[in-house]
Amino acid sequence: MTEGILIGLKTALTFQNILMVMVGCFFGTIIGMLPGLGPMTAIALMIPITYGFEPATGLILMAGVYYGAVFGGSTSSILLNAPGVPGTVATSFDGYPMAQQGKAGKALAIAAWSSFAGGTLATFYLLFLAPSLSKVSLSFRSPDYFALMLLGLTAIAAFSSKGQFLKAMMMVVLGLMLASVGQDSLSDITRFTFNNMNLTDGISFVLVVMATFAMSEALTIILKRNDPSAVAKQVSLTELGSIKINKEETGQMLKTIPRNSIIGFIIGVLPGAGATIASFLAYGMERNFVSDKEKEKFGKGSVHGLAAPETANNAACSGAFVPLLTLGIPGSGTTAVMLGALLGFGIQPGPRLYITNPEIFWSVIMSMYIGMVILLILNLPLIPYIARILAVPKNFLIPLILFFSITGIYVMSFNNFDIYLMIGIAVIATFMRLYDFPMPPLILAFVLGGLMEENLRRSLLLSNGSWEFLWDRPLTASILTVTVLIVIWHIYKTLKANRTKSY
Amino acid sequence: MNINTTKVISLLFFVFSAFYLYTAYNIQVFSFDENAPFNAKTFPIYLGYAGMFFSGLKIILPEPNTIKINHKYLEYKKTAILVIIALIYGATILKVGYFLTTSLFLAFSYYALGERRWYLIFALSFPFVGAFMYLLHGVLEIYLRDPFLKTIGVMG
Repeated sequence: MTEGILIGLKTALTFQNILMVMVGCFFGTIIGMLPGLGPMTAIALMIPITYGFEPATGLILMAGVYYGAVFGGSTSSILLNAPGVPGTVATSFDGYPMAQQGKAGKALAIAAWSSFAGGTLATFYLLFLAPSLSKVSLSFRSPDYFALMLLGLTAIAAFSSKGQFLKAMMMVVLGLMLASVGQDSLSDITRFTFNNMNLTDGISFVLVVMATFAMSEALTIILKRNDPSAVAKQVSLTELGSIKINKEETGQMLKTIPRNSIIGFIIGVLPGAGATIASFLAYGMERNFVSDKEKEKFGKGSVHGLAAPETANNAACSGAFVPLLTLGIPGSGTTAVMLGALLGFGIQPGPRLYITNPEIFWSVIMSMYIGMVILLILNLPLIPYIARILAVPKNFLIPLILFFSITGIYVMSFNNFDIYLMIGIAVIATFMRLYDFPMPPLILAFVLGGLMEENLRRSLLLSNGSWEFLWDRPLTASILTVTVLIVIWHIYKTLKANRTKSY
Repeated sequence: MNINTTKVISLLFFVFSAFYLYTAYNIQVFSFDENAPFNAKTFPIYLGYAGMFFSGLKIILPEPNTIKINHKYLEYKKTAILVIIALIYGATILKVGYFLTTSLFLAFSYYALGERRWYLIFALSFPFVGAFMYLLHGVLEIYLRDPFLKTIGVMG
């Protein structure tokens, strides 16, 4: 292993590769900051450029873009409540309220340090645990994945619903329903397209994210423009505040970061899970770790609530490379794009990659650490300039958010049907947000819909249609027990709270 | 049982789930797949039932109306105008092209939101879109079809 690390370090520290990490991080940060343009778009745009380089250099460039986009995505989550990257949706839960309290600079600094620490710690885990961790993820079977996805969806509904668990579960089901539109992945039979050719390929993930977050956020700001409570919140947004983190906040972060880097990394390793589930799960778990007093601050600008998902999503990015590099199974949508690029280089990722191409395997891992340092150097000093976005008047900012959202969708398909669909979803989402229907559960369900169906299909086919697969394996049964307990507990809590309010 | 907007939305969701379930049952699968343990309509059928279950619970469980929305403060008119401008944008972009429609979309949106400084409206629409279009089309090589620019001879 030492030999491999040295080869990797030597490759990563060449002038060209350091330059590529820097370019990738910078480009990724800018793209990630723009609502709607996430790491997938950024990496997809990079693929033609990388074919001009050596495979290791190409992969290093894409890894830099990936980290930069996740890092930059937190900025638009905090400042605009418009996450361009699903992995930073949970960041907006406490980052945006903190910005509304005039502490935008502090929120961005906490996010930057948490991302750096989470990513760095996870890179070390990756360095030492990569070979053995691939065996753990190999032991997961379809029923376990199905149960894990159910747990993820229930957890997000439980933790993002602010006491409205049933509303959140309705949004989960709606997200899964939207994901079911289009061709069935196995039989190619079209579903819910109503003979409209534009729906045959399904609804684009970027479209749903842009509609439910960026566009609906823009419309909500205009809708509530004269609302006295909303106006007060918006005025405080124009104050950036200090980027200094005090001792108490540092202490809180020191507790939050190590545990969430582990959660994020483990979730990232599981194929299909990735930064989105990691950040939501970390947010929910962190709420259980803190005191009752701190728990009250969640959703209102909690340091724990901001540091946890930021640490976890960056840690998950490192974790996602484990199945990609050792098994050839992408851990997320973005690493799936990278898998396509690797195949384009003629490299087949798998258990033997770090024996046959050690320079690729280890140099990517080494460049991740270098990328983390570069991101911190790049982002912290730029925070005051990035936060200037807040000073842009709403008369200009709102149309510009709409412009980036619509353009992001248009350049993907050059089809005006997608624009109509996006406007329709955004209008419905705006109306539902007005009545406290949470959007994050819908997004996560939409991302996981296809994978969930796939794993349920495999489980049912392997068990000849019997539902025994749910309790056959102790791992599946344990995950499902936790899921059922969450559902029962939250329905009981909702009933109890409603009874108390009625009297 | 209190009737409030949340319950009305839940009722609409219940009806939507019932329609989804009906459509799911009507998905045409291959004849050899009809009795398989899992086919193209299995998962959607479960989803239809799940939607009806959760929205049904929301409708029947007692719930005090805690969401108070003061409709007189809500800017329905400006929001509707923005949505209409976006719809017109969608309807014209393929025929007119990216540059002119996007520039006009931005200019009208700024105006609709109350901006009256013409130099700013102009600067942040036409030149802004031109620069952005150059980035997409010229630098990143993302082809943008533009009949208007083609007609006046700017684009080949």
